[in-house]
Amino acid sequence: MSVSEAYLTVGIFVLVGVLFPAVTIFVASLLRRPAKPEPGKYLTYECSVLPFTDARIQHNVEYYMYALLFVLFDVETVFLYPWAMTYRSFGILATAEVIVFIGILALGLVYAWKKGALEWMKGWR
Amino acid sequence: MSELVWSILKALVGVVAVILFLSLNVLFLTWMERKVIARIHVRYGPNRAGPFGLLQPIADMLKLLTKEDIVPEKADRIVFNLAPIMAFLFALLPAAAIGIGSGLIAADLPAGVLYIAAVASLSTIAVLMAAWGSNNKYSLLGGMRTAAQSLSYEIPLVLSMLGVVAIVGSLSTQDIVEAQSSAWFGIIPKWFIFYQPIAFIVFLSAVVAEMGRIPFDLPESESELVAGFHTEYSGMKFAMFMFAEYIHFVVGSALLVTLFLGGWHLPVVTPLAESLGVLKYVVQVAVFVAKMYAVIFLLMWVRGTLTRTKVNDMLGFGWKGLLPLALFNVVLTGVVLTLRGGA
Repeated sequence: MSVSEAYLTVGIFVLVGVLFPAVTIFVASLLRRPAKPEPGKYLTYECSVLPFTDARIQHNVEYYMYALLFVLFDVETVFLYPWAMTYRSFGILATAEVIVFIGILALGLVYAWKKGALEWMKGWR
Repeated sequence: MSELVWSILKALVGVVAVILFLSLNVLFLTWMERKVIARIHVRYGPNRAGPFGLLQPIADMLKLLTKEDIVPEKADRIVFNLAPIMAFLFALLPAAAIGIGSGLIAADLPAGVLYIAAVASLSTIAVLMAAWGSNNKYSLLGGMRTAAQSLSYEIPLVLSMLGVVAIVGSLSTQDIVEAQSSAWFGIIPKWFIFYQPIAFIVFLSAVVAEMGRIPFDLPESESELVAGFHTEYSGMKFAMFMFAEYIHFVVGSALLVTLFLGGWHLPVVTPLAESLGVLKYVVQVAVFVAKMYAVIFLLMWVRGTLTRTKVNDMLGFGWKGLLPLALFNVVLTGVVLTLRGGA
């Protein structure tokens, strides 16, 4: 199987992956029992209490801290893959460089750890 | 031109085969999960529809198919309706690059493992769409938790696969399985679980978190968030989320088998099967599925045994436990492989 053929298959997967659930949901909409409208049904579910305020409220800043850290470390892992594929031809030098690279990132992790960025709800205990 | 049509036809056969394989396994899994958990709880589980309750998944499917479809009036209709489709799509995509036998793969991508890691992380978007579109407090909280959790465990997951990739020198899942084909003394298999035990532990923990299963099922913890991001969904749209969730279960276990447990290779059995002609593919698929179900049973057992962790413990375990361990494993693997001059 050629490379372009493999990626064509992925394209077909995307197409079918969208069509299959869309068609299934549409067919189910023809099969299901008749709707019986009643205002209570369309309220936002809140365990039978009348919903109050909007759901889209401000969230903990911690969620965004983890997202920031994620971007940092995820880019790093992508950089490591080319090394894993080619270290045979570059030898000890490339491995030494990767160790320095990981060392710098480990320092970053230690910094975030000491700063308390990895503590959940630190100020709320 | 006719070559292109031929390629498209082959791709379509691949897609249909993958969806069929996943659907059958998902149907069986919904029954198996309830039965296994019931036996751990010393209950009977489903036992009314068919022998041993085996027809229960079909009864469930018929029920979901005919259920009324409710869209809450405060929901963002476009995002709300698009989310289940996206959830299914992003669950299906990683399955394209996982083979269940030599050559039995829909798309043997040269960047296979990296592709799987990339598209698997997209499912967070579908969950966030469902959470935002529902405009429900439980859903939004569940969605935010899912985002934090899958982002945190994505990094150890990708790092733990790095060790295997470095040993094989290829990202293709077919090559990775072929590299595990031989055995010491003909009986002890050369699976990567023995070369990369740290990576295996990190991968197992991270993949459970990515699937959102107990002990890391905070995104949909029934007892506090009702059902998390799919609280507002009913009927077929809800079914799509459940379908996607169980596809994650199948794909995650299949990936674990591919990377660490030798894929379709089993000492003594597979070498014997080589002489059987076409039948060898049957043996390969049987071996692969058997290993996959061993992993699935283990994860169900874990679900029946452990309790749900707290948010701070879950995130702390990922960032302070698994991430340093995974980084250490990468350095260790790099040093050993370089000193030996490649595996």
